[in-house]
Amino acid sequence: MSSKFDLSKVTEFLIGDAQAERVVPPTGYTASLTLFTAAAMAFLAVFTLALSLATGRLADRWGDELARSSTIRISAPEGQMAAQTEAALNVLNTSKGVASARALTDKEQRALLEPWFGPGLPVDSLPIPQLIEVIEEGAGFDAEGLRLRLAAEVPGAVLDDHTRWRKPLVRAASRLRLLGWVSLILIGAATAAMITLAANAALSANEQVIKVLRLVGARDGYIAQAFVRRFTLRALGGATAGVVLACLAILLLPAAQAEGGFLTGLGFRGWHWLWPLIVPPLAAGVAFAATQAAARKTLKDMS
Amino acid sequence: MIELENVAYSYGGGELLSDISLKLQPGSFHFLTGPSGSGKTTLLKLCYGALLPTAGHIRLFDTDLRAMERDDIALMRRRVGVVHQDCQFLDHMPVSDNIALPLMVSGRDLLSEDANLKELMTWVGLTSRGDARPPELSGGERQRAALARALIMSPDVVLADEPTGNVDWEMSQRLLRLLVELNRMGKTIMIATHDLALIRAAKAHVQARVLRISNRRLQLAGADL
Repeated sequence: MSSKFDLSKVTEFLIGDAQAERVVPPTGYTASLTLFTAAAMAFLAVFTLALSLATGRLADRWGDELARSSTIRISAPEGQMAAQTEAALNVLNTSKGVASARALTDKEQRALLEPWFGPGLPVDSLPIPQLIEVIEEGAGFDAEGLRLRLAAEVPGAVLDDHTRWRKPLVRAASRLRLLGWVSLILIGAATAAMITLAANAALSANEQVIKVLRLVGARDGYIAQAFVRRFTLRALGGATAGVVLACLAILLLPAAQAEGGFLTGLGFRGWHWLWPLIVPPLAAGVAFAATQAAARKTLKDMS
Repeated sequence: MIELENVAYSYGGGELLSDISLKLQPGSFHFLTGPSGSGKTTLLKLCYGALLPTAGHIRLFDTDLRAMERDDIALMRRRVGVVHQDCQFLDHMPVSDNIALPLMVSGRDLLSEDANLKELMTWVGLTSRGDARPPELSGGERQRAALARALIMSPDVVLADEPTGNVDWEMSQRLLRLLVELNRMGKTIMIATHDLALIRAAKAHVQARVLRISNRRLQLAGADL
């Protein structure tokens, strides 16, 4: 089948025809323009990819982990705090859909407040509510039923199942991920547009060369390939340089830290480092298609 | 070989050529003459498929030009050597590569054709100029290089447009001798020129048919030529 991917043709294209390569004169500024465009776009593409993957991870984490946990806040007079905490834990331990429930220690509560109030907070001397972490299992617990039981048995307890703030966060992260993919498509389209402009400029500058080649019996495919191969290889080279620079820049970003939250987790993780490898071949593919279309159109117009 | 039947060609609303019929037989020698702007170059371009007629039919090697795809025309041009007055070279390549250009574009192995290339360059007297760039050549050298390029594929037909236009009399005689020699080897030759002295000189060496374009039509030139 003619549409079947033929590796030998790709190899033949990459190795090229040394004689065909010589018939097109070196093109000064279009060569630099293509290299720079491919490098800059590949750099941006890798960063966008990193952002997209990071927001994807964040959305997944918020979607999965936070959905499985809830918090119960107990606000009670000092003398009743321990009793109400004990009562709340009893209610939770007998509730369906609750895997585990535990009261946070003073140290853990201090750690939660530290980003806001700084270190050395005297938790003991402040009227801070007691927090209970609830981990769900199976289909989860019946939030309304649990609220009613807590209201009856533990008057100072308030159930927060995170729904109120988790949903918009997950939605925002998902939108950010979508925005990343849209940006990648736009980067590809912009690359194609710029390479088309450069190819058109090169073809116009070489109109006389094309006339001579036609005069001596060159087929349009031969003429087009001389230009297409040159632009494709330039895009491949430029994009490779851009990817290397972007990966180095990402490596130099601060490592993921809990304190930094989302902003320090922008890089790639694990096998995701393989994703940038697809950028140079994709850039070359875009350049190939763009130059091929530009060459075919120009040669047709010159007939 | 090349046959034009009631061909007309119009451009920009005006008719340049009208009712042209012409048959180039194998081994024939034709001169095409007429005043500047009479349509000699246009007629030559029609003969190698660079232009399409607005009326009539052109058959190149027994195939109608209108039925040819662009790739077919490219393949046909390998059988027709064309020499232009302005020569048209690739200035970034040395002269030897310019002469070998038809071999390159047809995918032939240059190494195996090296002997032919050297022989041809010797024949046109450009052996020592192979490494020069086209802009470094004199007018006569450019014409001879263009002739060599037109012959490298051993074409059946050679079409030359004012090949002696930019050279002195001595060089024009030298080019003419080369073209006459080619005709004796069996090649079909058609030369477009307004140089009547050249035509008269040629007729002493070769039996040539002289055609004149006058008032958009092609006619056999009179006995004065």
